[in-house]
Amino acid sequence: MSSHAHGGHSAHGAMAAPQGFIRKYIFSVDHKVIGIQYFLLALTAVLIGIVLSVLMRFHLVWPNVHLPFVSGGQMTQEQYLALVTMHGTIMVFFVLTTAPQGGFGNYFLPIQIGAPDMAFPRLNMLSFWVTFLAFVAILAAFFVPGGAPISGWTGYTPLSGLGEITGPGEGWGQTMWITSISLFCLASLLGALNFIATTIDMRAPGMGLFRMPLTVWGWFVTAILGLLAFGVLLAGGILLLLDRSAGTSFFLPAGLVVNDQIQNHAGGSPLLWQHLFWFFGHPEVYIAILPGMGVASHVLSTFARKPVFGYRAMAMAICAIGFLGFMVWGHHMFVSGMSPYSGFAFSVLTMSIGVPSAIKTFNWLGTLWGGKIQFKTPMLFAIGFVSLFVSGGLSGLFLAQPAVDNLLHATYYVVAHFHLVMGVAAIFGIFAATYFWFPKMFGRMMNEPLGKLHFWFTFVGAYCIFMPMHWVGIAGGIRRYADASAVAYLQKLQPIHQFITIAAFITAAAQIFFLINFFYSLKSGPKASKNPWDATTLEWITDSPPPHDNFAGNYPSVYRGPYEFSVPGVKEDYILQSLKPQEVDRVKE
Amino acid sequence: MRNTNQMVIRSRKRESGSAATAGLLALLQVIMVCVTVYVFAANLYSAPDAITSVGRAVDEQYKLTLYVTATVFILSQLGLAYAVYRFRDHGQKAHFSRGNNTMEFVWTTATIVLFLGLGILGRRAWAEVRFTPPAADAIHVEVTENQFVFNFRYPGPDGIFGKLDPKQISASTGNPLGIDSHDPAGKDDIVVPTLTVPVNHQVELMIGSQDVIHNFFVRELRLQQDAVPGLIVPIHFTPEKIGQYEIVCTQLCGLGHSRMHSYLNVVSDADYDAFLKSGGQ
Repeated sequence: MSSHAHGGHSAHGAMAAPQGFIRKYIFSVDHKVIGIQYFLLALTAVLIGIVLSVLMRFHLVWPNVHLPFVSGGQMTQEQYLALVTMHGTIMVFFVLTTAPQGGFGNYFLPIQIGAPDMAFPRLNMLSFWVTFLAFVAILAAFFVPGGAPISGWTGYTPLSGLGEITGPGEGWGQTMWITSISLFCLASLLGALNFIATTIDMRAPGMGLFRMPLTVWGWFVTAILGLLAFGVLLAGGILLLLDRSAGTSFFLPAGLVVNDQIQNHAGGSPLLWQHLFWFFGHPEVYIAILPGMGVASHVLSTFARKPVFGYRAMAMAICAIGFLGFMVWGHHMFVSGMSPYSGFAFSVLTMSIGVPSAIKTFNWLGTLWGGKIQFKTPMLFAIGFVSLFVSGGLSGLFLAQPAVDNLLHATYYVVAHFHLVMGVAAIFGIFAATYFWFPKMFGRMMNEPLGKLHFWFTFVGAYCIFMPMHWVGIAGGIRRYADASAVAYLQKLQPIHQFITIAAFITAAAQIFFLINFFYSLKSGPKASKNPWDATTLEWITDSPPPHDNFAGNYPSVYRGPYEFSVPGVKEDYILQSLKPQEVDRVKE
Repeated sequence: MRNTNQMVIRSRKRESGSAATAGLLALLQVIMVCVTVYVFAANLYSAPDAITSVGRAVDEQYKLTLYVTATVFILSQLGLAYAVYRFRDHGQKAHFSRGNNTMEFVWTTATIVLFLGLGILGRRAWAEVRFTPPAADAIHVEVTENQFVFNFRYPGPDGIFGKLDPKQISASTGNPLGIDSHDPAGKDDIVVPTLTVPVNHQVELMIGSQDVIHNFFVRELRLQQDAVPGLIVPIHFTPEKIGQYEIVCTQLCGLGHSRMHSYLNVVSDADYDAFLKSGGQ
C-alpha cells in the first residue's frame, strides 16, 4: 500500500511536516507524537495510581494515622474501597493498556515495519483524544457528589447496577466510571483496527510475517485481542448504563431487596455481567503483557548479542496465548455459582495456557544461554521481567484449579499473583522499553547509574511487596477489606502487612530516580547516535529522533530476520535488517 | 547447543557486562529463591487444618501443585541466575544459535503433560463438592445474605421451610427474610445470625442473597461460594471436628464488606438437639 508507494521515491508531497504548535504537538496525526502523548498520559496515570496504592497500604496497617489527599484526614471505609476501585481501573486501563500498546506500539510499530505512519493517522489521533476524554472522566469520578465508586475495577452488578442505594459512590461516581470505561473501549477499538491494518498492509518490501520483530508480533496479536475484547465490554458498559438510568434489567434479577426496599427490576442475571466483563477481562491480561513479552525478547536478544532462541516458537507462542486467552475467562468465576462442569472445562483450558507461557520462558533462558550479556538498564529490566513473569505465572497454576481456588479465591494470593504477572512484569516491560527506546524517541541517552539504581530498588521492592502477599493469602487474608478488626484470624497477618507497606513506600519513593532521569535526560542527556545499542531492526537506521515521515524519504527494504546477532563469518556482531546481502562486511576466510 | 566456537566472531565492543552487576543480580535471584522455598517448605503461613475430607483433598491437590510449581520455579529462577552470571560479557564470543527444535519439542511436551495432568487430577476434589449430590439425610440450612449480615434458616420441627414474601421483609421488626406470616409452615422456622451444625453429619447449605453479590467462606472447610441474588446455590460438607470457625464474606459487597462476619459452630449431637429445641438460642 502507501508505504510501498513511498519506498525510495519522493515522499515530500504526501508527508509534509505540519506547521504550527497545535497541529504539531496537540492535534497531531503523526504516530510518533501520538505515541508520546499516550506515554505521557500513562505516566500521569501511573503516578496517580501509585499514590492511591500507597494510601491504601498506609490505611491497612495504620488506620488511625492522618493522611494527605484524604478529606477528613482519616480514611473511611468507603474511601478505602474507592481507592481500591480507582487504583485498579486507572492502572489496568490507563497504564497497562495505554503505555505498552498506545505508547510504544504507536511510536515503533510503523517504524519497525518500515512504514511512514499508521494506516489511518486521523483515526489514530481520534483514539488518543477519546482515551484522554476517558481519563478525564475517570478522574472526575473523584469529585462528583458521593465520590468515586466502591464496586472494584470489576464493577460487579447488582452493586454497580442499582445506584446510590447500594452504597456511597454508587450514584454519580459509578456512572462516571462506566462512561469512562465505555469511552476507553471505543478508543481502543479504533486503535486496534489501526494497528491491524498497519501491520497487514504497510510492511516494507521483504518484511515477511516471520521477519517481523517480536515486538511487532506482540502489538499485532494484542490489537487482535483488543478488537475482539473491547467491543464486548463496550456492549456490557452500555447495558449496565441502561440498567442504571433507563430502568432496564439486563443484569438485575427479580426480587432484589436493598435496605428493606423492593427494587423494581426483573429478568436479568448478575452472572451475565461477569461473563461479559471477563470475556474482556481475561484477554485484557494478555493485552497488558504481550507487548511486554515482545519487548523482553527484543531487548534480551540485543544485549545478549544473540538471536532470539526459537524465534518462530516465540511468535507462535504469542499467537497461542492470544488464542487460548479467549477461552479461559470462566476461571474468574469458579465460585460464582456458574455450572461446576464449566468450571472444570475452564480449569483445563487455563492450565493449558501455561504451556505457551513456559515455552516463552525457556526460550528467554535459551536466548541468554551462551550469550555475551551487556548489563545496560533496559537489559536489567528485561531480565527482571522474566524473573517476575515466572514467579507470578506459576502461582496461576494454583488458581486455575477450582478445588484449590476454593481456598485461595479473593485472598491476597490472587492480588499477589496478578500484580506480579500482569502488573509489575508488564511495568518492567514498559521500563525496559523506555530505557531502550528513549534515545530514539528523544535523541538523547538516559543516565545509566541512575537507571541501575532505579532497577535495583524496583526489582527488590517488587519481590518484597508481592512475595509475602502470597503468604497472607494462603493464611486466608481477604482482599478488598478496609479493616481487619472484625475477623480474628486476619489480625495475626498484620505484621506481614506492615512489612509490605514499608516495602511499598520505599519502592514507590524510588520511582523518583526514574522521573529525575527521564526529565533530566530529556534536556541534558548526551546526544544519541542513530544506533546506540548496535541493534538490528529498522528503527535504528533512521535519525534519533526520526523525521516526520520516519525515514526522510529513504524507505527501507528488508533482507533478513530481525535478530541477526553474532552471525558467524560476519565482521560486525549485528546485521541491520535493511542491509543488502552484498553490503554485509564479511570476515576473510 | 552445538559447539560453534570456530564460527564465532569477536565483538569489537569493549566488555560492558560488569561482574559486579551480574553477580548482584544472580545473588538477588538466589536469595529470592531461598527465602521463598524456605517459607513454603517450613509452612510458616498456612490455613488451619481442614475439618472435612474434601478439605484434606484440596490440601493434597495444593501440595501436589506446590511440588510441580516449585520444581519449575527453582530450576528456571536459578537457571536465570546462572545464565546472567556465567554469560556476562567478559570479552568472550557469543555462541551463535537460532534455537533447537528438539528442545522446543521436549519442553512443550513436558509442560503439556505436567500442567494438563495436574489440572485433570485436580478434578477429584472439585467433583466431590460440586458434582455429587448431597446424601438423602443431609441437614438443610438456608443461607441468606444481605448488606452486611448472614442469616441462617432452619425449617424447624415440621421440617418444612415456610414460604417467603419479599413485601414482608423487615429487618427492624425481626423478619429479615420476609417469612410469610400466612404460611403455617413458616411459624416454627428458626432464623439465626450464626450457623450451628452437628459434627459428622452432612450439611447442605442453600446459599442466596437479597441484594448484591456476597460470599460464604470458611477456611477450615476449604469452601467458598458466592451468594448471588436470583440464584440459590447448594453446597454440602461434613464437618468432622467440634469447634467454632469464622465465616466471612469475600465478595466486595459495599461499604460494610469487611465487617460482614459470622461463625460456624460445629457441635455434638446433644448440643445440636438442644439448639433446635430452644429455637436457636
